[in-house]
Amino acid sequence: MSKELHDSEIISRVLRGETQLFAELVSRYQNFVFTITLRYTSSREDAEEIAQDVFVKAYRNMADFRGESKFSTWLYTIVNTTCITFLRKKKLEIHSLDNEKVFELADSVDSGFRANQVETKSKHRMVHDAIQMLSADDAKLITLFYKGEQSLEEIGQILGIEPNTVKVKLHRARTRLKEKMETYFSEEVRELKEM
Amino acid sequence: MNTFQFHPDAEGPAGNAEMEIRLWDYIDGRSDIKETSFIEQLIASEQVWKRKYEELLEVHQLAISHIDLDQPSMRFTQNVMEEIGKFHIAPAAHSYLNKKIIWGIVIFFFTMIFSFGIFGFSQVNWANASDPSNKYSIDFSKLDWSLFFNNTYSNILIMVTIILGLMILDMYLGKKKKQLREKAGITE
Repeated sequence: MSKELHDSEIISRVLRGETQLFAELVSRYQNFVFTITLRYTSSREDAEEIAQDVFVKAYRNMADFRGESKFSTWLYTIVNTTCITFLRKKKLEIHSLDNEKVFELADSVDSGFRANQVETKSKHRMVHDAIQMLSADDAKLITLFYKGEQSLEEIGQILGIEPNTVKVKLHRARTRLKEKMETYFSEEVRELKEM
Repeated sequence: MNTFQFHPDAEGPAGNAEMEIRLWDYIDGRSDIKETSFIEQLIASEQVWKRKYEELLEVHQLAISHIDLDQPSMRFTQNVMEEIGKFHIAPAAHSYLNKKIIWGIVIFFFTMIFSFGIFGFSQVNWANASDPSNKYSIDFSKLDWSLFFNNTYSNILIMVTIILGLMILDMYLGKKKKQLREKAGITE
């Protein structure tokens, strides 16, 4: 029943005291929130803790959601600030374009090919691995754009930057994604082109 | 035909980067009608543009169809619901952050600054200021402003003013929060 409800309807009912309906919002957005938090930390436990914190904050501050933007945009703003705060507090290692790390990951990918050349990774795996090689900011931007159903303007609102800056950053992030795929997954890319 | 500044056959990193930006806009559907038809012409007639377009489109399609979302543990929703059970929804910020109060604080600080300004100017002897023979006239170009603004007393006064302002704000918000909590029947 609740699946048919629009986010704003769920929110107003939660605000009226139907707390249990909040579970519907959690299940709708948990995968996306968790994916974004996982871009910032390699630990699933930490990512889950941050994601949980995001939903608790969203619940506590729900009265402040005035419906001027989509609920998802408002929620992803909380995700962004919570990730940054959490990392500052815990001083966790942020995924970055640290060459050593990228080469490490690339090596493991490469050795996987050599060990079994017949086996080709699925496109999903290839995209996933290539995104893993990007910086957290690039990966977050690409995920927000392609999976978060957010426009450039909304992403700008989430990250607190101008839509034009988002456009340039997204352009660079996609170029880097393309480069990663061409460099480390050249065989898959070639196969794709032949298909 | 080409009303755009950029030459379709421009080479080098700058030309390449601009080509990519325009192609991404085209792929994302953010180009206007004029630009769209121009890009379409370039893709149809220029090999470089066609090749680049196909490359970018491939990345775009891969990203659209093959980015997977990770899933948290099975108990995630349950954990969140257990956690939120410990909390209440906070009253909306706009219900206790009254605009009148914010304006009151702004007016308070501006009045203070304005009063200091008036007091300072009232101490100047304007009648003698224009007299070139006045040996006490102030040469503003030689005035050492740091003596006034680094003055310990000025700093103390500013600090006291800020602290008083914050105390008034805190008292008001605390009172308002208590009233709202009582209204909502929430007890600590």
